[in-house]
Order: sequence, then C-alpha cells, then structure tokens
Amino acid sequence: MNCSCEYSKENLLKRISEIQFVCTELNLYMDTHPDDMAAKEDFACYASELQDLIGKYEELYDPLLGFGLSVPKAGSWVRSAWPWE
Amino acid sequence: MWIYQKKLEFPVDIKCPDVKMAKALLAQYGGPDSELAAGVRYLTQRFTMPDDRCRATLNDIGTEELAHWEMLGTMIYQCLRGASASEIEAAGMAGYFTMHDKGVFPCDPNGVPFTAAYIQSTGDPIADILEDLAAEQKARATYEHLMTLTDNPDIIEPLRFLRQREVNHYQRFGECLQILQEIIPNNNVRYKNQFAECCTI
Repeated sequence: MNCSCEYSKENLLKRISEIQFVCTELNLYMDTHPDDMAAKEDFACYASELQDLIGKYEELYDPLLGFGLSVPKAGSWVRSAWPWE
Repeated sequence: MWIYQKKLEFPVDIKCPDVKMAKALLAQYGGPDSELAAGVRYLTQRFTMPDDRCRATLNDIGTEELAHWEMLGTMIYQCLRGASASEIEAAGMAGYFTMHDKGVFPCDPNGVPFTAAYIQSTGDPIADILEDLAAEQKARATYEHLMTLTDNPDIIEPLRFLRQREVNHYQRFGECLQILQEIIPNNNVRYKNQFAECCTI
C-alpha cells in the first residue's frame, strides 16, 4: 500500500482533513443560517466527497471512527498510530 | 454521545523538543481561556439555550473545542518528547516535572490546576453568549501571545489555525447574540418571567 499516488496514506489523510474542515465550517455557518440553500447544496456535495474519502482510507489503511461507525477492513483500531504519535 | 475520530483536526508534527513552549502552551490546555474551558463551557450552556440555532452552535463549537484541546495536548506532548532533565529545569518546569513527569496535565503555565470556576452557566441566554464572545477573544489574544514566543514553524502553523478558529467562532456567537436579541423581548426580566411560567421546574 506504499504508493506515492493520490491514494497514499498521507495524501488521503490530508485530503480528508481539508474536506472535513470545509464541512466543519459549513456546519457552523448553517447552525446560524439553517435556511441558506446555497450552503446546504455545498454541504451535501462536500459531505458526500468526505464519505467517499473516508471509505477509501479505511479500505486501504486504518479505521478512523470507533464504536462501530467504521468496520475495520485493512488496519486495526488498537495498533494503528494515535494522532499525537 | 460522541464518536472518536482517530485523527487530529489539523496536523501537528513538532520534531524537536521545546520545553519553554510546552510550558507556555499549557495556557491553552488547562488555563482559564483554554480549549478545555471553552469546550466544557459551551457543552454545558447548551442545555438551557432557548433557540435551535444557538443550541446547535453551542453543541457544534463545543465539539470542535474538544478537537482543539486534543491538538494542544499533542503539541505539549511533542514539545516535551526527548527533552532532557536539564532542559526541563532551565525552562522553569522542574516543579511540573516533579508532579507530572512528562504527563500532560490540565494546568496553566504557572501550574495552577484547571477548575470549573473558569466558566459559567447562568441559565440566562444573553449572559452566557456574551461570556462566550469574550472567551473567544481572550483565547485569540492568548494565541497571539503564544505566536510571539516562538519562530518554530512546526508550532506556529497549528497556532495560526487555532487562532483563526477563535475568530470564526466569535462570528458565529455574534450571530447567536443577534438571534437572541430578536427573539427575546426588550425587557429581559419579562422574558424570564414568561420562561418561568411556561416551564415547570
């Protein structure tokens, strides 16, 4: 799994962080603007991309979500690196 | 409930020990305007917030603060990683080391432990949101102080991200204040009486 392409572990995690940041910002904006249709459309688009990226990452590398929200395929929840390491 | 995501909100990779900065960063890990105080403050205030939009804002910003708290813990851990006893003593962390070794403990840079006395939950929506606006400004100022103390890009980059989040959160809380001022009649006391009448406590 050590490819240097767009699906390398580092690139995929970076892309997930970027798209998740967009989703976080849109989420907070929509908290105070729940009827903004343009924001809703943007959010749906980015949220869908985020789901795809997380699925890809978990298929190739390690689980990202605990408590059954990820079904570990490639990696292990316990043995994959913790984010502060 | 919350689900843990095994990643940081923004990458942290501090390659060399920096005990002086580890000590300073404690301000945002366990100080009065820390990410911990912010998270606990918002997640506690949300229960009595009367508007859906303001409840959502407190819930979601409170959740993001926990991710920031994790970033700060990571930064302190990495700044202490590989540091020698003499470096720890030179940076004025001998007292901290005596009690915590290199464990990450929620206190301020002077060793004062975190306390819930740093936060309020008054049950008064406007008073609570005004505290939140102030909290975001105090945290922004603290991040600026931290950024003047180092020229290490490994430390400055996450600090810049965290500082900007304070600005964005301040914007959202400002909108919450506007919302509350619209839904709460001019006479705040009358609103509170109405609220008391319709809610059996």
